[in-house]
Amino acid sequence: MEFINDLQTYAFLQKAFVTSIMVGIICGVIGSFIILRGMALMGDAISHAVLPGVAISYMLGINYFYGAVFTGILTAFGIGAITQNSRIKSDSSIGLVFSAFFALGVILISKAKSATDLTQILFGNVLAVRTSDMWLTLAIGSIVILAVVLFYKELLVSSFDETMAAAYGLNVRFIHYAIMFLLTLVTVASLQTVGVILVVSMLITPASTAYLLTNRLSVMVVLASFFGALSAVIGLYFSFEYNMPSGPVIALATTALFLLAFLFSPKQGIIVRKIQAFNRRKLA
Amino acid sequence: MSDTISVKNISVSYYGKQVLENVSFTFTSGKLIGILGPNGAGKSTLMKAMLGLIPKDKGTIEINSKPIKNFRKNIAYVPQRSNIDWNFPIKVHDAVIIGTYPKLGLLRRPKKEDKEWALKCLEKVGMEDFANSQIGELSGGQQQRVFLARALAQNADYFFLDEPFVGIDVSSEEVIIGILKQLQAEGKIVFVVHHDLTKVKNYFDELILINKQLIEAGPVQQVFQPENMTRAYERPVAMLDDLEVRM
Repeated sequence: MEFINDLQTYAFLQKAFVTSIMVGIICGVIGSFIILRGMALMGDAISHAVLPGVAISYMLGINYFYGAVFTGILTAFGIGAITQNSRIKSDSSIGLVFSAFFALGVILISKAKSATDLTQILFGNVLAVRTSDMWLTLAIGSIVILAVVLFYKELLVSSFDETMAAAYGLNVRFIHYAIMFLLTLVTVASLQTVGVILVVSMLITPASTAYLLTNRLSVMVVLASFFGALSAVIGLYFSFEYNMPSGPVIALATTALFLLAFLFSPKQGIIVRKIQAFNRRKLA
Repeated sequence: MSDTISVKNISVSYYGKQVLENVSFTFTSGKLIGILGPNGAGKSTLMKAMLGLIPKDKGTIEINSKPIKNFRKNIAYVPQRSNIDWNFPIKVHDAVIIGTYPKLGLLRRPKKEDKEWALKCLEKVGMEDFANSQIGELSGGQQQRVFLARALAQNADYFFLDEPFVGIDVSSEEVIIGILKQLQAEGKIVFVVHHDLTKVKNYFDELILINKQLIEAGPVQQVFQPENMTRAYERPVAMLDDLEVRM
């Protein structure tokens, strides 16, 4: 295949390839916990809310990483503060906080740089990944994977039965904010590849696909990572060969995989269930 | 060794509305205690306040005169079935292995002997044949037995069960009450939030009767009396277990 030749030839393509795969893996890992904890909207919120941080970093001339992490965390705390201290429900406070941050981000970006930068940040441009971006992604990926491997037990119990976890003395609030922190890191790492708007598809869709295919959390995490990485590479391929924006292609690739699982999953697939029901009727 | 759990003057409020007011009681080892009261009486709130899961306005909970938070790893809690996501991707055996987490602490993983111990606990509740099922495939009674197995796997001294008998089949009910009585015989302290008035006398030997305030706490024969029940439920209550005995 020509793409494989090109991959061996062009250094920029290799960087994009490595970065995409790492982004796919960590989005699958964190995404699995996000969807099981019912925090899919939170993923969307944090990814949008890093935008003003990116803009401020541009203005200050520092790496966008610092600003993005700062506003991401600020959003998580802001949402928590509104939910805990008022009668506003959590989905409303999520919508309230992230739309404000996103709006601020769009204004700041348009002041800070040209409009092309905004498009890249919003929709991703995996082919523009620089060496420093690749190393940042690899570093974030290592932190995320290490944290999940080391504290898998605590993540499992606090996602499955938070009250029991708290009863035996786990600090479940700390775990919640630790996950928000990891989510922010993952979002920042995904900026170049999928862009702010579509990070949520990488977080939610591969994990949801995996959720339809297994009854074990550990298997779900691994499958979600695989689907994430596969989608990211598909996105890279189309971006390189057909000059398409990588983010939307990746989002559609995750959706295609999800549809396959939705229709054909051995336990949950609707076509498989219809066939089983049909066979049962025939026997009866 | 005999343990004493004592609750002193705890009050809890949500958004300024008082849900528990000055509740106090003391129980010692080897007791199976029912927490009884009408809907909205604060039964689950009392249990959660005792465990430190919700903030309280005032009051203390002590075990052997030390704060209960020093004993957390010795506390097994079984939540209401409605609080669990039964579609969670976890199999029965793995759900019981979670019971070994508290004593493993951070960073240590369950080993072979922990997994075997979890399987033994599943056998105690008669659910070993379902070890590889996803928890959502079970009936309500079976799910409750699995969660009891998880509590047993904790090897705890203090047990807190929130409405374990709601919506379960008769045989599961018998298995569960049998195990709770066995825990009691082993000298554990077992608290059970309960709202069904039938079989109260068969299940428990001690009762905490509340309706926001403590009505009375102590031996069943003393607490489970028409006057007390009328005060708690604010109306005359049919003491259904008497009917059942007569039938």
